[in-house]
Amino acid sequence: MNKTKIFAAISGISLMLLSVFLISADHIDAPNVEGTSTDIADFYAFEGDNPNNTVFIATLQGILTPGTITENATFDEDVLIEFNIDNTGDFVEDLVIQAIKRGDTIHFFGPATPNEVGTESVVLTSSEHHFVRISTTEETFTKNENGMSFFAGPRREAFYFDFNRFNDIASGAAAPDGFYPQGESEDFFEELNTLAIVIEVPNSMLGNAPAHILGSEGDINNLPPAYNVWVSAKRKN
Amino acid sequence: MTTYKLKIVSILTFASLLFVQCGIDEDFNDNVIEQDGTCEDGIQNGDEDGIDCGGTHCPPCEEEEINFDGVFVQEDVMGRPTINTFFSGTNTLKNEYNIIATSKRDTISADFQPVFETILENYYDVYALALSIDPEEFNYEANILEWDAETYTSIVAYYDALQVAPEGPTTYYDSNSGLVLTGRSLSDDVVDVSLMLMFGGTDGTRLDGTNGTPQLTTDEVDAGDRDFSLPFPYLETPLIVED
Repeated sequence: MNKTKIFAAISGISLMLLSVFLISADHIDAPNVEGTSTDIADFYAFEGDNPNNTVFIATLQGILTPGTITENATFDEDVLIEFNIDNTGDFVEDLVIQAIKRGDTIHFFGPATPNEVGTESVVLTSSEHHFVRISTTEETFTKNENGMSFFAGPRREAFYFDFNRFNDIASGAAAPDGFYPQGESEDFFEELNTLAIVIEVPNSMLGNAPAHILGSEGDINNLPPAYNVWVSAKRKN
Repeated sequence: MTTYKLKIVSILTFASLLFVQCGIDEDFNDNVIEQDGTCEDGIQNGDEDGIDCGGTHCPPCEEEEINFDGVFVQEDVMGRPTINTFFSGTNTLKNEYNIIATSKRDTISADFQPVFETILENYYDVYALALSIDPEEFNYEANILEWDAETYTSIVAYYDALQVAPEGPTTYYDSNSGLVLTGRSLSDDVVDVSLMLMFGGTDGTRLDGTNGTPQLTTDEVDAGDRDFSLPFPYLETPLIVED
């Protein structure tokens, strides 16, 4: 224990930590969004098969077991999924790509400059607009237009983690050994699905990338310039 | 058909030229139905519900413009997997974090860094208590990136986004190349990277289960039989219940 305890005591948070129920990636989320249509499960961003493109993947609504639960999982027309891109290094979104359901379709707007930054958004209906039919467990629909690609629908969970054992570690129940050895460890997510939105975008639509944040803040040199990107889920007010 | 409807049809046709290249172009090799080609022939055919609209492959028929009005307010947010997996703490903290803008996690009323530093030390305290070690003597030590606790949790709290490089490989961490946080691919073992940064000390092996230490630097779980080599949309088709 060290002096940082003081800060947390001030905020009244630390005393609950010993009994904390930890979550994995964002798969089991805070009570205000857990199990709701704004629940973001996970987020990926990587170079596409075309090296001039970046792929963004958001998975939603956490743990979907195969069968009826996966088949019945749906996107929500009142929830705007927003991919945020900071290309200046201040962690404020300079561009957004928005995704929202209407009928059996997900509509995409952007990349475009948002009308306002932060926790409130409107749909940028005058920006570049595409849509793709929502895939099912039976059929996969994709759309490729203007160099961008789009997908929305159920997919297999990609995240892997011995979530149960980690909870034991956080509670002290796993002392003194820690994680299980290979063969005894168990991937909690191996047999699960998720709802995914996948967008592939030419980097030329994202502007120039800023200096990598870990250069100035983490004292790591020689990293390439990098966008700062995150995903948010916003509900209609 | 009234003049009004004719107008709608012509608008829809024009709209489809602008926005949609839809049609039937099925690639049976991987069961992906790519919605390009044309739904623009001006007649109702296939399984279309109207002229060049509806059915399996065309955009939905619309008698009116779709409404996207309204103000949408943030309920959840995610950058790196680190916070949500390892630093989310209490339910109250999770809820607070989720509704704050990414650039505003360092304000006096919502400074997450000291909270996260406490959570980091708390993992060590839990172990110390379980092993009857003095918690004062069992603390986080600078990690393989040479970040002390304050630096590490500052990066976690104040700069919580995925960094993704438009040029060069995108990886969460590659010990061979030394690249760190240039992206997050599906195959990256983000759990083991995070555990190494939290428990691995300066050489990444501090609490690795050897020399009487607990194994905290890897959960010993890998991707199993998942296939991360697929083309767009990159994720595997959902698992189904076998009959």
